[in-house]
Amino acid sequence: MTAQVDRKHLMTSVEMAHFVAHGAIAFEGVVPDELNRRAIDVLDAGIDPVPYGTPLDVAFPEGTFVRELIDLPVVAGAIQSLVGPSPNIDHHAVHVRPPRGGEAQNMHGDAILDTRRDAFDAQLMYYPREVTLEQGGTLSVPGTHLRRINQTGIGRYQNLAGQTRLTCPAGTVVLLHHGIWHGGRRNDSDVPRYMFKIRFNPAVRQLRLWNTDDIDSDGVRRELTQQFGWTNANEGRLELVNRAKLWRTLTGDENFDIDYYLTRETLRPQFIAPGATDVRLGSSLAADGWGR
Amino acid sequence: MRQQVMVLYLGTSALDSAVIGWTRYDGTGRSRPTMGDSDEPPYATGLDALLDGWRLLQMSQLLSHAEGHEYDTAYLPYEFLFEKLVDFGGA
Repeated sequence: MTAQVDRKHLMTSVEMAHFVAHGAIAFEGVVPDELNRRAIDVLDAGIDPVPYGTPLDVAFPEGTFVRELIDLPVVAGAIQSLVGPSPNIDHHAVHVRPPRGGEAQNMHGDAILDTRRDAFDAQLMYYPREVTLEQGGTLSVPGTHLRRINQTGIGRYQNLAGQTRLTCPAGTVVLLHHGIWHGGRRNDSDVPRYMFKIRFNPAVRQLRLWNTDDIDSDGVRRELTQQFGWTNANEGRLELVNRAKLWRTLTGDENFDIDYYLTRETLRPQFIAPGATDVRLGSSLAADGWGR
Repeated sequence: MRQQVMVLYLGTSALDSAVIGWTRYDGTGRSRPTMGDSDEPPYATGLDALLDGWRLLQMSQLLSHAEGHEYDTAYLPYEFLFEKLVDFGGA
């Protein structure tokens, strides 16, 4: 991970736009079976914690299971596209939900209210085994990551239209924006559910870190204008504004807009029109009734 | 009598607008609604809940947008609280 990832393994602009709109991107079944089989023993044994902000190379040296996982080209490419090369490890955690056990988490955002608008953390979630609906995988709500809420202040929301109740094949990796609303669902099956999470802090400015060859493609705008059920209502346009702001930050394109909202907001021309009829403005001839 | 509580989040401040979020608590203990238990809302609109006998207890206020924060989004603003009183078999 300290080396630059080959450009062909980086996310595309369309995939990045998907992440900006959804607050998440999933890579289904990308981890080889051999790693998935070893994962259970590794996760059962536990993975030693590291202090917040530990460099990736220190937290997960070469030769460790986790390093093997995040060095898979598709995983390494996605991490580098989102948070850049050599990110720091914020924290990591193993989550095992027992069979017929446990309650659903209340919906929440991780950590505390995060005020950053010009940076974000990426959270990797790895599922070494298949997750079925009955096993109650992670629920997340696409498009919620740009809303300013504090942890379990949203615990009252049990279901939102357009939510994703994750089901996936073994070896799936999901990367999430730190702000996304989510929670672990109740496991109603007879098998334990495994998930391993790593939160990455960027160590560089998050500017055009992905493969930008397709940055002007129609697919980018299609992704950025996605709606998700709960956004089909009054507040949906505000989501578009906030996505446009994030896209401006990530691309450095200060003129980018969706549906003209941000551009219109800046329209305060200062030039006095020659046709203005009040001579006291000093730029035109007197009109009838003035200055006589 | 025991109380069943339902919270609906609507698309606008109008009671007859679409349900975009839903939450239930069952004071009878006969059901255990929980996070992520359904993808389909119990009613299409808030008005449909009234028509099914739910009593509206509260609707959220419309609050002004703070200057400079007009584009900020946070908690869902259009919250409607309903109840039903259910016979608990004389308990």
